[in-house]
Amino acid sequence: MTDNVNMKLYEVFLRSRRGLDHKHVGSLHAEDQEQALEYARDVYTRRGEGVSIWVVNSSDICASQESDCESFYDPLDDKPYRHATHYKLPDEVNSM
Amino acid sequence: MIQFDSKELSSSELEGLNAHFQERIDAEEKIEPKDWMPEKYRKNLIRQISQHAHSEVIGMQPEGNWITRAPTLHRKAVLLAKVQDEAGHGLYLYSSAETMGITREELIESLHDGSAKYAQIFNYPTLSWADMGALGWLVDGAAIVNQVSLQRTSYGPYARSMVRICKEESFHQRQGYHILMTLMEGSAEQKAMAQDAVNRFWWPSLMMFGPHDAASAHSAQSMKWKVKRQTNDELRQKFVDQSVEQAKAIGLTLPDPDLVWNEERGHFDFGEIDWAEFDRVVSGSGHCNRERVAHHRRAHDEGSWVRDAICAYEEKKRSREVA
Repeated sequence: MTDNVNMKLYEVFLRSRRGLDHKHVGSLHAEDQEQALEYARDVYTRRGEGVSIWVVNSSDICASQESDCESFYDPLDDKPYRHATHYKLPDEVNSM
Repeated sequence: MIQFDSKELSSSELEGLNAHFQERIDAEEKIEPKDWMPEKYRKNLIRQISQHAHSEVIGMQPEGNWITRAPTLHRKAVLLAKVQDEAGHGLYLYSSAETMGITREELIESLHDGSAKYAQIFNYPTLSWADMGALGWLVDGAAIVNQVSLQRTSYGPYARSMVRICKEESFHQRQGYHILMTLMEGSAEQKAMAQDAVNRFWWPSLMMFGPHDAASAHSAQSMKWKVKRQTNDELRQKFVDQSVEQAKAIGLTLPDPDLVWNEERGHFDFGEIDWAEFDRVVSGSGHCNRERVAHHRRAHDEGSWVRDAICAYEEKKRSREVA
């Protein structure tokens, strides 16, 4: 079983049409970036699901830990004045 | 990935983690790869997802059998597209199993050594062209009923791959029904061929939903963890109810004398499944069990030179970059 031992894991992102963001759709194993792109095309765009593909080496992704949520996001959570609904306006102009 | 070693946790810590895990599930939140999860949940899901992945991949064989003999170029193109989809579905599912910390090689190895199962239905031979119709209509139909339910499964990556698969799968069922429909508009011989295929595949399709709830080894825990959202018997009933009308619409008969509408239940009653046959096929004595795994093993082995070549090419590129 020497097979995929050296095969890197890639994350695949698709832009479904121009004007939209690339969205994560899944992952695959490939030896290099070009091969990852071709695999992604074969696997994730068989029905015109995308006009542009990104492939990213999974190990290059640095991710926040959901378990550290509190300490990580805390400083941002106590600023209700950042939300439009924080400001009470008279009914006549409330659709502002 | 953070590795939680359950052995290093005290029993009260473990209890707390378990409780938090169940709370999250009860609140309909998804479990994601980096979350702590009970070892049994992880094992149970690897078993279920890999079984599902292997089914997609092994499922290519009975249909691949007819690609070269499809009656028209159009049917051939359709069948090729369908089989290609199954390969893609296998990949989606292997990828989600891998997020639980198991490698593709381990998954394939356990298919080859028989410790992982795949859907028992693919151990039945495909004897005529009409079988392509019956497989699409009934087997993909049953799979869809199961997969629609699994779109709400508690493990995020599995749920997301189900959404993608369900989107693609409805063409599979419709093309199969279309094959049977066309045969049912044909000669007496063609009609008989369609009916024969349905006769052979109806009962094995019902078996795809697994044992009765009371006899199912994993059901109760899977429901509590919301890995499964509906029980085997609920899903089977749904499949029977939808199939009766579909059969009638094109003049096919489902081979079950006990199939009758039950006004009180609001469902069709149906006969008992031959569970001895189910056990026989699951445990390796179906018509094609050995052939299916041997073929997969052969294809895997014969493809190893391609994988080796890819690695060698990459190695060469790397060494040139260094030089």
